[in-house]
Amino acid sequence: MALTEAQRCLDCPNPTCMEGCPVSINIPSFIKNIERGEFGKAAKVLKMTSSLPAVCGRVCPQEKQCESKCMHLKMGKKAVAIGSLERFAADYAREHGELSAPVIAPAKGIKVAVVGSGPAGLSFAGDMAKMGYDVTVFEALHEIGGVLKYGIPEFRLPNAIVDVEINTLEQMGVKFVKDCVIGKTLSIADLEADGFKGIFVASGAGLPNFMNIPGENSINIMSSNEYLTRVNLMDASNPESDTPMRIGKRVAVVGGGNTAMDSVRTALRLGAEKAMIIYRRSEAEMPARLEEVKHAKEEGVEFLTLHNPIEYIADENGCVKQIVLQKMELGEPDASGRRSPVPIEGAIETIDIDTAVVSVGVSPNPLVPTSVEGLELGRKNTIAVNEKMQSSIPTIFAGGDIVRGGATVILAMGDGRKAAASMDEMLSAK
Amino acid sequence: MYKIVSKEQFSQNVFRLCVEAPLIARACRAGNFVIVRIADKGERIPLTIAASDAEKGIITLVVQRVGLSSTRLCELNEGDEILDVVGPLGQPTHIENHGTVVCAGGGVGVAPMLPIATALKKAGNRVISVLAGRSKELIILEKEVRAVSDEVIIMTDDGSYGDKGLVTEGVERVIKREKVDKCFAIGPAVMMKFVCLLTKKYEIPTEVSLNTIMVDGTGMCGACRVTVDGKTKFVCVDGPEFDGHKVDFDGMLKRLAAFKDMEREEIEKYNDVHCEADPAQNEDAELIDRNAEWRVALRGKMKAKDRTNIERCVMPELDPVYRARSLR
Ligand SMILES: Cc1cc2nc3c(=O)[nH]c(=O)nc-3n(C[C@H](O)[C@H](O)[C@H](O)COP(=O)(O)OP(=O)(O)OC[C@H]3O[C@@H](n4cnc5c(N)ncnc54)[C@H](O)[C@@H]3O)c2cc1C
Ligand code: FES
Repeated sequence: MALTEAQRCLDCPNPTCMEGCPVSINIPSFIKNIERGEFGKAAKVLKMTSSLPAVCGRVCPQEKQCESKCMHLKMGKKAVAIGSLERFAADYAREHGELSAPVIAPAKGIKVAVVGSGPAGLSFAGDMAKMGYDVTVFEALHEIGGVLKYGIPEFRLPNAIVDVEINTLEQMGVKFVKDCVIGKTLSIADLEADGFKGIFVASGAGLPNFMNIPGENSINIMSSNEYLTRVNLMDASNPESDTPMRIGKRVAVVGGGNTAMDSVRTALRLGAEKAMIIYRRSEAEMPARLEEVKHAKEEGVEFLTLHNPIEYIADENGCVKQIVLQKMELGEPDASGRRSPVPIEGAIETIDIDTAVVSVGVSPNPLVPTSVEGLELGRKNTIAVNEKMQSSIPTIFAGGDIVRGGATVILAMGDGRKAAASMDEMLSAK
Repeated sequence: MYKIVSKEQFSQNVFRLCVEAPLIARACRAGNFVIVRIADKGERIPLTIAASDAEKGIITLVVQRVGLSSTRLCELNEGDEILDVVGPLGQPTHIENHGTVVCAGGGVGVAPMLPIATALKKAGNRVISVLAGRSKELIILEKEVRAVSDEVIIMTDDGSYGDKGLVTEGVERVIKREKVDKCFAIGPAVMMKFVCLLTKKYEIPTEVSLNTIMVDGTGMCGACRVTVDGKTKFVCVDGPEFDGHKVDFDGMLKRLAAFKDMEREEIEKYNDVHCEADPAQNEDAELIDRNAEWRVALRGKMKAKDRTNIERCVMPELDPVYRARSLR
């Protein structure tokens, strides 16, 4: 099947698909390696530019990136399934132990620190280790992987896949320090005093947004981060775990992104009888990957699009029992080009629920930004960086969601790579 | 791994643990807390740092055996290791010379109060501490608090020690007697609520330290959220200390109550395993059993059944599409 699909790729002289890839994976090369049956080598091609290919194959919105630029589309045909092929090659290599640990340059004896072990931090760590730096990654939680571990559920991205990538990094000499909150346990100044010459901040967009509507602090209403963390990181649905979790029977998930899809599909898997997506725009505007929306629908999730929650009603114990929805219609396109929803007057609907998961975006985690004096901040507490991912303090670089607000895995990885290249340039120049 | 270097029992259910955590000890300030995970599959629970010794690299935690995790923690002994200790988290207490301050501590709340009272004294305040508990046995750290206070008032519900009455009565006595510039209240949510109602009446600014449910402790999940002055705040990053007159205590009490039932189920599960396995622990198990009245237990059992139903759920199952595409 993969062979047949690989055959579809035209191996264009000017591969437009690569323009669509934030880390410029050499797409035709890896696909052609698949075609000739050299799956391991295909994986090697992927490894050259992407430190986490098995992950990307699963979480990238390919239909908006590489596949959207595929020549086939210009000819009125369907794009080559680049994402699936990427996943295929990476999985093959992993399952057949054909994971060639990358060649590492001789040790430079220069220490660099990474704050946060999500995709941005991991890809930075991988690149720096390859160049011979002595890399230490500091992570606040008790698990390495950031959103890949605590957010994206097992059914979409098995933890084992992430662990393989982390093991590879460990083999390359990257050190991981868990339970260490930079800005709290250790400050950036402590790191510098410890001899770290460069610091890459990849602390993610940790802070969940709420809508600030009446009743939102009722019991059994939680952020998607809390919901997914309880299930993924703390294993709350496993009877052997100590972390409690109330299993909702009628679950409303508010939002239309990947996080919302992950939450709603998780709710189904935990035994919800009714699992709903509530989204204030129409389906066409949903930021989630196409595939996720499709899966959610196939699995029986109800979609209430053009519905916006305006209130939660709680029972006498303070537990949520109803969600009040304002029906919307699409108005004129807004600044982002998306047609903004406007309320239909008087069209209000009340639905019985026992659990609500709020998944309306995240803001950057303020822990690091606010702990460093003189660090210039951008919009909404993001860290401001130049095109080299360098902050206003020359030794501090940053990338991923802490710079972009909630973005994507592949962009975070791209940032990590770029920051690694620039930091190397800076440290070599000295 | 974080080693317990010493353990001391304060009362039947309250223990003091000194834990090796050099980085945290170095960075911590009054008002900070840590998140602790005792073992694999354990939950993450917040505990205030009661004292720290940067030189020895040791932090002191005072733990009350109430729920599952605190019970597990209290069962650890000198020399045992705790899997994860993260911190110091939260904003440190703002310390300045206010003049005369009343420090009201209820139950184990006295432990987090101690470093604050110490810092306040150091900053030149006249410190009057009011310690309260149900009975004599539950008054902890009295000697240590005396050492940093100009005056100590002790209140017990049953009158077995100090004066009979609630913490608020002790605080009001001081307020009526002399000018109080600031109040700090740490203890059970209900106690803080009533202290705040009282000080509001006398218009004395009051800081409270909230002990909400937490998961990560870094601002990532929002489990710890409370309403303060009409706005949603995250206790782990914005707090744990807030202006007590602006906190929506009723909302917070409801959220705390919601998890109590779940906690009971978890404890039952725990007892199931541990009671039979280890007769020596029967005594402990009984203590916990008492917390769970049979009615609640019954309700809990139904839910426990619900939980076993979960096993049938397909949570860790790979996506069929993935399976179909992986390899052939
Ligand atoms: C449920 C969910 C589903 C998603 N699905 C997709 C998808 O399908 N496709 C896609 O492209 N993107 C998806 N995303 C978005 C994507 O996960 C993020 O854009 C990406 O993970 C950002 O990477 P990062 O490295 O910047 O940060 P993160 O992955 O957030 O990692 C940051 C890490 O830093 C740690 N940290 C924070 N502060 C500190 C500190 N002070 N000291 C030490 N450590 C610290 C955090 O604990 C965390 O582990 C999804 C996000 C979620 C929540
Ligand atoms: S404990 Fe998760 S945000 Fe505070």
